[in-house]
Amino acid sequence: MTIEVRNLTKAYKDKVVVDDLSLQIQNGEFFALLGSNGAGKTTTIKMFSCLSAPTRGDAFLSEDSIVSAREAVKQKINVSPQETAVAPNLTVQENLEFIARIYGSGKEQARNMALEIMAEFSLLDKAKTKAKTLSGGWQRRLSIAMALISNPEILFLDEPTLGLDVRARRSLWKVLEDLKGKVTVVLTTHYLDEAEALADRIGIMHQGRLQAIGTVNELKEQYDMESLEDIFLALTEEGVQ
Amino acid sequence: MRFVAFASRNQKEIVRDPLTIMFGVGLPVVIMWLFTMMQKNMPMELYKIENLTPGVIVFSFAFLTLFSGMLIGKDKGSSFLMRIFVSPLKPSDYIIGYTIPLIFIAIMQIVVCFIAAYFLELKLDWNVIVAIGVLLVNALLYIGFGLMLGTFFTDKQVGGIFALFVNIATWLSGTWFTVDMIGGVFEKVASVLPFVHAVDATRFALQGEYSEIWVPLLWVVGYTIVLYLIAIVGFRKKMSD
Repeated sequence: MTIEVRNLTKAYKDKVVVDDLSLQIQNGEFFALLGSNGAGKTTTIKMFSCLSAPTRGDAFLSEDSIVSAREAVKQKINVSPQETAVAPNLTVQENLEFIARIYGSGKEQARNMALEIMAEFSLLDKAKTKAKTLSGGWQRRLSIAMALISNPEILFLDEPTLGLDVRARRSLWKVLEDLKGKVTVVLTTHYLDEAEALADRIGIMHQGRLQAIGTVNELKEQYDMESLEDIFLALTEEGVQ
Repeated sequence: MRFVAFASRNQKEIVRDPLTIMFGVGLPVVIMWLFTMMQKNMPMELYKIENLTPGVIVFSFAFLTLFSGMLIGKDKGSSFLMRIFVSPLKPSDYIIGYTIPLIFIAIMQIVVCFIAAYFLELKLDWNVIVAIGVLLVNALLYIGFGLMLGTFFTDKQVGGIFALFVNIATWLSGTWFTVDMIGGVFEKVASVLPFVHAVDATRFALQGEYSEIWVPLLWVVGYTIVLYLIAIVGFRKKMSD
């Protein structure tokens, strides 16, 4: 088991943002977390990645607690945030080498890792291009490469294709598909087709609670509906608890 | 030593912006030349090159506040800081990593301004070396302001606040006019802020009046410590939630 979540809760004063979340994600699984705005997806990712302390409960990432073993967790994970989060005045290669080095690689090792991942992500011909001059799609690609260069066991992708055109989205899907089985991925997205195309299993959150979890086919069977969209709308309707 | 990689990234990010050199280094040299010309046509003790140089260099440090505040603000806005917070870097790594590149810029400002001052008839002797030491302490004060602003405000807010800051920091520094020329509340306010002390300490150093340096320098050191503490506490708070 790579991720085991036990009664994870986050509250700000009286407002409960994530409510008693419990789930398990297997090693190498591609897991998508769906939900409307304010459902608690990003807060959940922030807690998993030790950016926000849970009010109650815990999550174990490769057996290390996000509450009591934050440093150990940080060595095993990486994140591609909702915004591209690249250093704009650094080149593609410099961005990658920088991340490798803050995760403990030496100069030479970081250079080799950057070359390797640039080849994997078709970024080699843009190696000397400043990140700020890349298109949105290429910036996203770089952002994911930056998250992977530290060789994480678990990768969190927060809305990785937000704002991209269809072609750039499809191109990034191919990159994400290639990750399947190699690294455990937790993806949050608003795009249901994206979750359907990429995820092994899907969790649907609404008002901080996990409403449903399973493969697309399991969910369709369980709710007796034809499409993921219908299931999503039924579970995230106003007034659904 | 992970902070070295972070400092290197920050340095590249700052110096690759041409405005940095234009405002941080070019503007103080132009100001020094203009005031020296004024001094020739309308002699005034304050604008003699040995009095003017410390004030102008301290004025140029206000841009260190802008550069550091804007960089941190931008890193927050683009979620770059989120990516960094997920990494195993410690709060001390951030503070050192943001400070070191600005110290290098301060050294560049100091060297260029003293070279310009030499051509404007400043006598270069051992006192310059002492003044450089005092100026480096002053630089930390202005970097501290930037760290604090960047920690609590967005890059856009930092830009607005800087417009106010640079005016206050200059008027109350005794660079363009001595604060006792106005007296009253103005002088009292100036005396409890660090700016006039920063300029005074440098002037005393440049004039070889070493015994006079300590009191104004203590004001500067005191403010610097407080500003860094606020920035560190703010960083820790933002990292933990």
